[in-house]
Amino acid sequence: MIHVENLVKEFGTKRAVNGISFTVNKGEILGFLGPNGAGKSTTMRMITGFLPPTSGRVTVGGHDVAVEPVAAKKLIGYLPESAPAYSDMTVHGFLSFIAELRGLRGAAGQDAVHRVASMCVLEGVLHQSIDTLSKGYRHRTCLAQSIIHDPQVLVLDEPTDGLDPNQKHEIRLLLKRLGQNKAIIFSTHILEEVDAVCSRAIIIDRGVVVANGSPAELRGRHELAGSVTLRVLGVGAETVRAKLGGLSIVEKSTAREESGWVHARVFPKSKAVNGDLAGAIAELTVREGWRFDELHTEEGRLDEVFRSFTLPDTATSKSK
Amino acid sequence: MNESLRNIWTIAKRELGGYFNSPVAYVFIVIFLLLNGFFTFMLGNFFEIGEASLTRPFFSWHPWLYLFLVPAAGMRLWAEERRVGTLELLLTMPITAWQAIAGKFAASWIFLGIALFLTFPVVLTVSFLGNPDLGAILAGYLGSFLLAGAYLAVTVMTSAMTRNQVISFILSVVICFFLILAGWEPVTNLLVRWAPSWLVETVASFSVMPHFSSFQRGVVDFRDLLFFASVMVFSLFSTSVILRGLRSS
Repeated sequence: MIHVENLVKEFGTKRAVNGISFTVNKGEILGFLGPNGAGKSTTMRMITGFLPPTSGRVTVGGHDVAVEPVAAKKLIGYLPESAPAYSDMTVHGFLSFIAELRGLRGAAGQDAVHRVASMCVLEGVLHQSIDTLSKGYRHRTCLAQSIIHDPQVLVLDEPTDGLDPNQKHEIRLLLKRLGQNKAIIFSTHILEEVDAVCSRAIIIDRGVVVANGSPAELRGRHELAGSVTLRVLGVGAETVRAKLGGLSIVEKSTAREESGWVHARVFPKSKAVNGDLAGAIAELTVREGWRFDELHTEEGRLDEVFRSFTLPDTATSKSK
Repeated sequence: MNESLRNIWTIAKRELGGYFNSPVAYVFIVIFLLLNGFFTFMLGNFFEIGEASLTRPFFSWHPWLYLFLVPAAGMRLWAEERRVGTLELLLTMPITAWQAIAGKFAASWIFLGIALFLTFPVVLTVSFLGNPDLGAILAGYLGSFLLAGAYLAVTVMTSAMTRNQVISFILSVVICFFLILAGWEPVTNLLVRWAPSWLVETVASFSVMPHFSSFQRGVVDFRDLLFFASVMVFSLFSTSVILRGLRSS
């Protein structure tokens, strides 16, 4: 549905987006990650037709955004970063206005307003002026306008920013539900959100895509991913290390003793996250008669992967 | 209605609602009517002239009255959208920038038309007291409405230039003031001393004054209509260029 090709955006001499390409299909929820100023919002603004790209191409549902902007925009629902809304209007007036611009007039428009108001839990404030609303409500009002025409493509710039944990949870559930038959792209700083909602994630840094894959794949790039930790009581650290190292599928193992417990970490030869290694170790502990209270496979941590991709020069910046 | 007219009307309706849902519209209309009354009856010596005409006591003040009131009515149109960030929302709707510009302009022009219409007691007064040329009065109203439209188009343009309403107001007043002064004799006399006559004439032809005054005399000339129409089209076209430039820089 969304097809982005070598997208470049320059502001003066500064390149905010430097050759980004990706595709989002129907039924996919793409998480857009990156540090502040990486070019996330700029890319989204180009997809929605607000900013014309310096070069490159965006097509939405087969329509080139630069050539057929109106046809492309009809397919898109967009929540801008700051969730702007006309503060002098009521929620109902604002949503009706957007519905009309989206071509939903009369009864169809009113149906759409009430449908999104109930989806975004806005019924209680429908006739309140937007400038009297709390931030959470204002945000949800703007989210409601983005889905009012049941778009095939949703572009959401930080949809959960500034919401409380319950509201965040609601929005994530809503996104998952909507994502079943739409192409959704949303940006976020919250990495658990990617795990909870996305089918795929892209990390961009300084205008370039640095990683693209499912959350599990991205986690798998973590240096500890696939390794197994084990905690054993009553055996010497060296014995544990040697026995673990003796397993055929083990690449290397470490162990240290701490107040009676031995903490061991075992790295497999192949870096796949599956139960093979843990199973082998479990058999070993039974065979040896070790008492253990912890045995689990490390899946990798998104935040560390994120850091490793977006801060390639951590060491040098620390030494400064 | 076709789709583009519908979009224009949707935008215009929202803007009109914006005027009348806040005190802005009422304050504006009251001040407009008070000033009109003051100029007509106090400064214009409506009663002392002893003429059943609105040309001198009423319409001749409008270029000066509009100079401040029209920019005040229109300065918000784009500046506020830019400041609050709703510009991004509006321009990602399935509409063209032209439709948004036309809708906003139409709403404000209709609003100014309503304010102008509410001066009708002056017409009743002059008809009650004498036997005025109603055709000339109608032409005067048409001219006044077009003049307001021309100033408004300039304000729409300056409003798109900045996110600050005050700056938009000042820029608009300055440009409209130029549109008055360009054909004003003390100014043309200054120019004549050093500039070639074609330049003086070119500058003077930008002025609203000669075009407006023929309406006041009751003459509806095609060239005057064309003048006001071209000021409006030019300013609104510039607005679309500014809005595009805003996004591509």
